[in-house]
Amino acid sequence: MLRFSLARAGHAVVVLLGVTVVVFTLMHLVPGDPVRVALGTQYTPESYEALRSASGLDRPLISQYFHYVGSAFTGDLGVSFRTGEPVTLVLLERLPATLSLAFAAMVIAVVTAFPLGVYAATHQGRISDTIVRVVSQFGVSVPDFWLGILFILLFSSTLGWLPPSGYVPLTEDPVGWLSRVIMPATAVGLVSGAIITRFVRSAVLESLGSEHARTARAKGLRRRIVRSRHVVRNAMVPIITVIGVQAAILMGGVIVIEVVFAWPGLGRLTFDAVSARDYPVVQGAVLLVATLFLLVSMAVDLLYARIDPRISIR
Amino acid sequence: MSARPFSAWSHLLRRPVSAAGLGVVVLLLTLALLGPQLAPYGPNAVDVTRALQPPSMEHWFGTDDLGRDVLSRVVLAARVSLQVSLISVSIALVVGVVLGLVVGYFRGWADTVIMRVVDVVFAFPIMLLAIAIVAVLGPGVTTATVAIGVVYVPVFARVTRASALALREEPYVRAAAAIGAGPLRIIRAHVLPNVSAPVIVQTSLSLAFAILSEAALSFLGLGVQPPQPSWGRMLFDGKGFTDAWWMSVFPGLAIFVTVLAFNLVGDGLRDVLDPRRRSAMESRRDR
Repeated sequence: MLRFSLARAGHAVVVLLGVTVVVFTLMHLVPGDPVRVALGTQYTPESYEALRSASGLDRPLISQYFHYVGSAFTGDLGVSFRTGEPVTLVLLERLPATLSLAFAAMVIAVVTAFPLGVYAATHQGRISDTIVRVVSQFGVSVPDFWLGILFILLFSSTLGWLPPSGYVPLTEDPVGWLSRVIMPATAVGLVSGAIITRFVRSAVLESLGSEHARTARAKGLRRRIVRSRHVVRNAMVPIITVIGVQAAILMGGVIVIEVVFAWPGLGRLTFDAVSARDYPVVQGAVLLVATLFLLVSMAVDLLYARIDPRISIR
Repeated sequence: MSARPFSAWSHLLRRPVSAAGLGVVVLLLTLALLGPQLAPYGPNAVDVTRALQPPSMEHWFGTDDLGRDVLSRVVLAARVSLQVSLISVSIALVVGVVLGLVVGYFRGWADTVIMRVVDVVFAFPIMLLAIAIVAVLGPGVTTATVAIGVVYVPVFARVTRASALALREEPYVRAAAAIGAGPLRIIRAHVLPNVSAPVIVQTSLSLAFAILSEAALSFLGLGVQPPQPSWGRMLFDGKGFTDAWWMSVFPGLAIFVTVLAFNLVGDGLRDVLDPRRRSAMESRRDR
């Protein structure tokens, strides 16, 4: 297990270095001079040189890369072209909003997907199974941001039950947070839930047809025991994998929904930074989200190696 | 592989749900080709005296804030959405399949390097990477197409490589090498035809996600630029008019039906061509 964990961590570090190369290269492919663009009408030769020097853009490219990686590992991601604030601070301010939205969405996804998937699998071929399959197919195909807009039309504009947008930190006002997070989290969570439902159904079906489940039934165990102890438990490895993948996706997949609901998270920040051509913030946000994505993926790998020891032995 | 592609299409047509999906895809392609002839009004025919009209016999999908006919704009937006998704998936398909075939068949250092690059690209959520690429290259249809194409290359490379790795050990491939056939001939004659099934399935599913990605980019103002109609941009424009529900409902419905149709065809093809890959592909489908 230790060797597996170290190997997985080593792989993550290599990929993370690759991520820094991609992010660094992308931002250096920007046509024109980003410093000139950032200064806009406030351009003076002095301010240009000052910002260019502060951003490290006056050094050779390779030196800029190593400086960028070195600084990034110490938490220094440069300063925002737009506000002059340290990018790390800006990102940390926005991170809780994204994490809380992603967490709420994941809860909704798992709470709906798990029972539906297990139910559909254990009632394979029946009308209820067909309904679950159709609904999950619809869920996979619906754009989450459109679902969000429909929720606003229904629950805010028509019924007036929920605020259409905005954010209150969970720690300050849990009820206010809940009333604002429920629509974006449900829009994203139902789409993720549809994907997970299909996967849970497949995994449980496969486990139901396995020899250990047949043996358990042949021993005369009650159906409920067979399902809970032998079928669902053995289906958990692939299910945890897909839940982990979905959780990782949600970190960077809530950009559009954050724009729809004016949710001040990393997605909204990235969108605003792209619109304002604030490249240090875009670079920092992309790097942070990719890092979170990698960390969640690694955590999932370690978790399922823990659940199924065969994985770490392989 | 349970069936060859040609017989697979006839199998597909015998499945009602998949056939319905295929029918919708054909209908959408017809709309995309004949849109200007079929649309009742011009997509940019502004008439502010008719702004924000609800659906009626005259304007089936109502009008927007500038009095433009929503139905005409939805019909004409089909062309650009399908164009972006078809071209971007074609880019991903060609580049991904060539990479997958080469590294899967030859292995060696190229395999190690290219698959690590694929791992790196997989470390980015798809939309985030697409947005970053468009942010760098500037908004527009061409850059959105390139961005979506680039982010889908790794999926095709992985699917093709996995098949090529298994095929290179097949007796008929080894026999071809033993009688002196060159690597390019082996890849073209023996490997490529046998990787086509999973690649066809992946193409259909990727088309669905490319439609979603294009809509999301256009929603954010990074894809299709006004006044050219696009479903994503129409949703963004409609967002501010909560009393005019038709401005948001119909473009979204168009995206939903298109994505659903491609997904149904993709799922049908997967069941017909390669049911064993179902679970593995589902786990990554929303990336």
